[in-house]
Amino acid sequence: MDMAETATRTAVAPSGPTFATRRRIEGWLLVLPALLLILGLSIVPLIQSLLLSFQRWDLQSQEHPFVGLQNYRDALLDPRVCGAFQNTGIIVVCAIAIEFLLGLGLALLFVGDFTGKRFAMPLLMLPVMVVPIVVGLTWRMLWDNQYGAINQTLSWIAGRDVNILWLAHRDTALFAMIVTDVWQWTPFMFLVLLAALSSVNPELYEAASLDGAGWWDALRDVSLPGISRVIAVAILFRGLDAFKVFDLVYMFTQGGPGTSTESISWYIYQLGFKFFRLGYASAVSFIVVILLTVLATVYVARFVRGAEA
Amino acid sequence: MSAATGHAGTLTRPAAPARVASRHDPWRAARTAARYTVLIIVLVFCLFPILWVIGTSVKLPGEYLHNPPVWIPQNPTLVHYRNVMPLRGNLALKNSLIIAGGATLLSMLLGTLAAYSLARLRTGGRHFAFWLLSQRMMPPVVLIVPFFLVLRALGQINPALGLDSHAALIALYTVFNLPFVIWMMRSYFDAVPAEVEESALVDGATRLRAFSSITLPLAVPGLIATGTFAFIFSWMEFLFAVVFTRTKAITLPVAVAGFSGSQGSNWGQASALAVVAMLPVFALALLVQRHFVRGLTLGAVRG
Repeated sequence: MDMAETATRTAVAPSGPTFATRRRIEGWLLVLPALLLILGLSIVPLIQSLLLSFQRWDLQSQEHPFVGLQNYRDALLDPRVCGAFQNTGIIVVCAIAIEFLLGLGLALLFVGDFTGKRFAMPLLMLPVMVVPIVVGLTWRMLWDNQYGAINQTLSWIAGRDVNILWLAHRDTALFAMIVTDVWQWTPFMFLVLLAALSSVNPELYEAASLDGAGWWDALRDVSLPGISRVIAVAILFRGLDAFKVFDLVYMFTQGGPGTSTESISWYIYQLGFKFFRLGYASAVSFIVVILLTVLATVYVARFVRGAEA
Repeated sequence: MSAATGHAGTLTRPAAPARVASRHDPWRAARTAARYTVLIIVLVFCLFPILWVIGTSVKLPGEYLHNPPVWIPQNPTLVHYRNVMPLRGNLALKNSLIIAGGATLLSMLLGTLAAYSLARLRTGGRHFAFWLLSQRMMPPVVLIVPFFLVLRALGQINPALGLDSHAALIALYTVFNLPFVIWMMRSYFDAVPAEVEESALVDGATRLRAFSSITLPLAVPGLIATGTFAFIFSWMEFLFAVVFTRTKAITLPVAVAGFSGSQGSNWGQASALAVVAMLPVFALALLVQRHFVRGLTLGAVRG
């Protein structure tokens, strides 16, 4: 990390208790505006949300009585919470697995210099830069069973008329969301892994090849260990991001048919702003916060810190 | 028995030929062919949907509501742009510019100061920096309920601060951009040598003056890249925008999503609006190409 190099640099500054104190005060003064805003608009609402989650706060009721853990109990027994977690989990796991494998494959193929690279790279990055809601609209049109290009292409390949109602069934709709996410985010994985692969010391490959290592051995023993921290961080970022999936649900299915394709973000949004069950929505939110905090902490301890050492 | 086989049995063939083989790779031609074949397939896959939405935006309903689909617009028209922009496009575009611009300026101002403090003065140490980063990990949806209540209460005091106001979204996007801006700018400030600044301090310059006249100018490329990313993130945001706006402060993504119920009949207008939302980001992305890896991972992976 960068900490070590800069730690030596701070030692250059003149020392003494007054200087150090002044430095510290100056430091906090510079951070203060940003910190206050974050505390005010992120931590305070989170605490407020925690309090709300212990209350019954519905549109019908004028009062907001304290109900203890009732909302949490309801949430854990709610089949829609369960379904939303399942759908979100399926999308996150499948999309990220595919994005990682495709991204790694492409990065291995395109590492190093070749004619046309400078031209192709910016074009490959375009999907990442498309506004997510526009991605939703575009692929909504592409998946359309009558007017979409996907059924049409499949018809050409199959040599007969293909008419799949992609967004009308849970399984195919989730599949459509995964493919769409893969389209938008594989370039991200590719780019991050490519940058990491390019920075692996080439002497290590030469040493491996001197030892008679084949292509596979070099990948397993040199490339992957060399970029493992980058892989861990890239998967963490992508995972936390994919977990938020909302825009695609909004544009593709609105959670339907029925409630079968709801994601967690979508369900909380519905609870809050369709049913106005703000207390219950807060409880579900807090379950998400707890779950993600635990998962991310374990993941960071296991993979990110581990890979660093 | 050669020396090579005696070498702990790890070498299956003598070392020298292996080295030659890597130089005259027999698979070179095949690799090159595979590379370009895959490249073309991937490029088509990446670009096709983008071209499809641009194409739909210039097709008449007779073409985009046609089975089998018409792939290439036969009679390109700008009628959808002309219709949708006065309808809500201009308002949404203006709102998006104000909100994304305001949030960018504010988060850059506050974030750069904080980043400088973290980078140079080690304020709060490593844990504080990670705590800031963790603020961005939270799914935004968990904050919409308390935000809603606060904005509703604020709106009763002053409508310009409540629901459906520019100020509300600017404040929210600023908070969500701050961890990103701080981490990015911190990594850029780390790359600027501290010595010149330290000597200016010894000569009696104030901290703020040393920062603004010495370190900041050297970090301008980072400043531009970070600001551009902050703008792009705010421009793309949908969840807060759809929850906290109604009519006056709708942003482009909300306006595009407004067509989602209309089962195909308005795809032309929706696509036109989508193109208006999409193209500025492409233009900005060209600016920050070099900073992509760093930007998309908040500087956690250096690019």
